[in-house]
Amino acid sequence: MHEWALAESVVKTAAEHSKNEKLKKLSEVGVVFGELQAIDQEIFSFALKELVKNNDKISACKFKVINEPAAFKCKVCGKEFSLKSLKKTDVEAEYIHFIPEMAHTFLKCPKCASPDFEITAGRGVYIKYLKGLQ
Amino acid sequence: MILDPRPSVIDERLKKVKRVIAVTGWKGGIGKSVTAAVLALILGKKGHRTGLLDLDFAGASAHVVLGTDGIFPKEEKGLEPPLIAGVRFMSVSFFSKRKAVPLRGANISDAIIELLAITQWGELDFLIIDMPPGINDAALDIIRLIPRTEVLAVTTPSVMAHSVLARSLELYERLKVPTLGVIENMRQGSGKPAGPAGSIRLDPKLEAALGSPEKLLKTAFASDLEKISRAIL
Ligand SMILES: [Zn+2]
Repeated sequence: MHEWALAESVVKTAAEHSKNEKLKKLSEVGVVFGELQAIDQEIFSFALKELVKNNDKISACKFKVINEPAAFKCKVCGKEFSLKSLKKTDVEAEYIHFIPEMAHTFLKCPKCASPDFEITAGRGVYIKYLKGLQ
Repeated sequence: MILDPRPSVIDERLKKVKRVIAVTGWKGGIGKSVTAAVLALILGKKGHRTGLLDLDFAGASAHVVLGTDGIFPKEEKGLEPPLIAGVRFMSVSFFSKRKAVPLRGANISDAIIELLAITQWGELDFLIIDMPPGINDAALDIIRLIPRTEVLAVTTPSVMAHSVLARSLELYERLKVPTLGVIENMRQGSGKPAGPAGSIRLDPKLEAALGSPEKLLKTAFASDLEKISRAIL
């Protein structure tokens, strides 16, 4: 599952951060899942558990998942809209799951039908905060 | 805070790739994608482990050159590029139903980072990248994310193509990106090659070979490109 690749990036970035900040132990990482990418939380969490096993500094770290709703703003007519208002097939949803930018190929502004919109929130995976012991 | 975790694994994904060659051109219709795809086929046929990555979002066409209908990467701790005629192939076209992707610069960068972060290339001797045309945000991002990229430029005999080329090469030099050479494509007549790396003759039979790796490798285009690749790689 491709969630594994993203989980690996979260663990690697968390480990690098704790090294840069000279943290002895990392206690908590806030991981945001953007609604648009529709990450499978179970697979992602399983991957995280497996990946931190061999790293002392982060093996006890808690990964807190924060779900972020997707929000869009049309660059042409200014309309703001949510993911619920948009239609997509299962295949299109799958492609957006791999590359969220494919939203511009398959989705359009519900008011003016333009694909030129901005994803203002909830695109994909990112780290919101890291906590640890100095 | 917003910390993007994806760039941290790009090195990891390309760890076992020996050389990364970005095939670039500065305007449309000069044969950049065909050059990138056929170069990958040539290297694959010689027994080198070769990958081809199409990052030309606006004009993705390597899949047309290779003829890859109905194929999708395998999902396995990331995406494994399918093997097409001896070449591991990854393209944005897999995710766009072969449609053009209307993206602004920042979105292209985001999509490129995503693709580089989730693609499991495994061991390769060469990764050939079909670059977005020109030196724009997307091209600069690829160079930033894969600092060991070597550039192979494609141009045509037309004067305009050359003047744009000179400016772009200067920029690459300032960015300290090594340039393998400039290939002059669609050359007509004989004489000294205008591109330092060599010339590819205009091949009227090339069009008919598109979509078939086997036929492509038998074209005059491929034989000229093979000579050039022997000289510069
Ligand atoms: Zn609109």
